[in-house]
Amino acid sequence: MPPARLQWKTRLFAAIVILSNTLGNFSIARGMRGLAVPADSALHMVRAIFAPWVALGIVLLILWLLTRMVLLSWADLSYVLPVTSLGYVANALMGHFFLGEHITLARWSGTLLIVAGTVLVGMGSHTRAVRRENP
Amino acid sequence: MSAWILLSIVVGCTVLGDVLSSFEMKRHGEVQEFHPRGLGRLLATLATKKFLILSVFFMAISFFAFIKLVETADLSFAVPASAATIVFETILARLILKESVDARRWWGVCLVALGVILLAE
Repeated sequence: MPPARLQWKTRLFAAIVILSNTLGNFSIARGMRGLAVPADSALHMVRAIFAPWVALGIVLLILWLLTRMVLLSWADLSYVLPVTSLGYVANALMGHFFLGEHITLARWSGTLLIVAGTVLVGMGSHTRAVRRENP
Repeated sequence: MSAWILLSIVVGCTVLGDVLSSFEMKRHGEVQEFHPRGLGRLLATLATKKFLILSVFFMAISFFAFIKLVETADLSFAVPASAATIVFETILARLILKESVDARRWWGVCLVALGVILLAE
């Protein structure tokens, strides 16, 4: 496949990976906090995964897992990880705005450092979005 | 169970799962078929790969530890803190998957590590 098209495909899959992860984690957190009985035993844990919000989260995380595995078939793990880790920040924002979590200055700083590290890892390395050809 | 124990299980199992699945998917080669029949064949093939099965097992453990973690811990802590996987996975990508990791990426990894340490404050 021509490199330009493969890069486009790489970005599309990376975007799906980030979105499905963020929305999936949010749904699960929302569902787990709304459980009638805390998931303290294996039985309650199994019951928890059928709660509507948790189940929706699981569907989204299955989509995340599959798109991520497919992406990993042509892109380096050391490229995929940093790029899709933008989802960590999106998750923190979801927690803040939709789950009413109080985020301390240290926590925001930590999250921003993770973003900075992510950008540094991804910056100017687009050619490595595609795995080098085998010799 | 404390948040830190659960987080360690999430991170450890995710690292193992990711490295195993990346290893097996690369051995399989680039996925180029995206119509339903092609994907069905792909799933049937992948279901026979033992490292991939092991990878799914670790991801399942990681998943249950994660939903238990977010039941009580903040999502804005749990998810960024699981970025600790990047640090371990980059090291393993270099050592086991033999990917080339340049100086800039290593600096990025250091920043991520610092960020995770700050989250612990």
